[in-house]
Amino acid sequence: MVELRLPRNSEIGKGKTYPAPAGAKNVRTFRVYRWTPDDDKNPVVDSYEVDLDTIGPMVLDAIIHIKNDVDPTLTFRRSCREGICGSCAMNIDGENTLACLKPIKDIKGDVRIYPLPHMPIVKDLVSNLDGAYAQLRAINPWLQSDSAPPPDAERKQSIEERAKLDGMWECILCFCCTTSCPSYWWNGDKYLGPAVLLAAYRWIADSRDEHTGDRLDGLEDTFKLYACRTIMNCTQTCPKGLNPAKAIGRIKELQIERKV
Amino acid sequence: MTDSAPHIEVMRSQLGRARGLGAGGSGTGHWWAERVTAASLLPLSTWFIVQMFRLGGADHAEVVKWGGKPVNATMLTALIITTFYHAQLGLQVIVDDYVHGKAHLPTRILVKLVTSLLGLLGVFAVIKLVAAGNRRS
Repeated sequence: MVELRLPRNSEIGKGKTYPAPAGAKNVRTFRVYRWTPDDDKNPVVDSYEVDLDTIGPMVLDAIIHIKNDVDPTLTFRRSCREGICGSCAMNIDGENTLACLKPIKDIKGDVRIYPLPHMPIVKDLVSNLDGAYAQLRAINPWLQSDSAPPPDAERKQSIEERAKLDGMWECILCFCCTTSCPSYWWNGDKYLGPAVLLAAYRWIADSRDEHTGDRLDGLEDTFKLYACRTIMNCTQTCPKGLNPAKAIGRIKELQIERKV
Repeated sequence: MTDSAPHIEVMRSQLGRARGLGAGGSGTGHWWAERVTAASLLPLSTWFIVQMFRLGGADHAEVVKWGGKPVNATMLTALIITTFYHAQLGLQVIVDDYVHGKAHLPTRILVKLVTSLLGLLGVFAVIKLVAAGNRRS
């Protein structure tokens, strides 16, 4: 049934405060979720007071500064620091986004940082996305074509056919959208979630792919596709400005087109 | 295993879990019916509200006369069937979202039963209204 409260071992306590260095003028407090599997303690929120004059403009700059100069135990994922790898997806100021693309000045008051919601936590800001990755694998996100490719050449697309993939190939699979979706929180074991459905539609819409019908068959399910309740959190939160809700709508239209 | 020592209960691979039982092969019908009934309820409900305002203050005989007209009886029956069918589809979505585990299937059956019976009750009331009109004339 519905869970109205967090499990007792997930209730968040108060953590340590790390004060800003003396003489700091432009101080902001970063309130960061901390949990480690190494002991049996509940998660806490630690407060780090950071002098913004000494770091770069993005939230990722602040947490890299915290790890390097204040508290080396802070754990998070990051790689490219320019919004193309999707590693630093986390919940900042109540919204899933990429820490490297989120300017600190866009946030009023304390900067609250949590891992992506409703996923198992590996440690601190690192959530376990194995389930979501497996769901992506399950929709066969690669070209499936039975015609032989032209010898010594690529499979060709018209300009119009290629244009249909715009707004989908840009997805970096950070799973900000999937983990922002209440329907995915409720039925994430069965519902594929917006990121995977966007990837599914990317291949359904690809003129070079010849398994469109099989792909639609695989989504014809009350949960896998139709657990989408058009809540639209996915589109609102996407740090790349993509529209997974529209892709899901297009899949539903195609299901109707071949059935009704 | 009879010991209650902590152990990992699920060792199935993530891909196996993601594929699960495969696609159920239905869902489009439910989704489409939900939209079609919703769209149908717009004119039907508007008609019903207008009629209720026109019948405001009418006595029993006038209502029976109104209900005895084929167009009114048809519209009323259509409204009742569409309403409870739509309620059934919508409540199923809510049950799918909020009720998990062993309670899921019984709750879904309960929703089907209750909405079907309420719909039947409404249809039977319309039949009774029409029959009352026939007796009078």
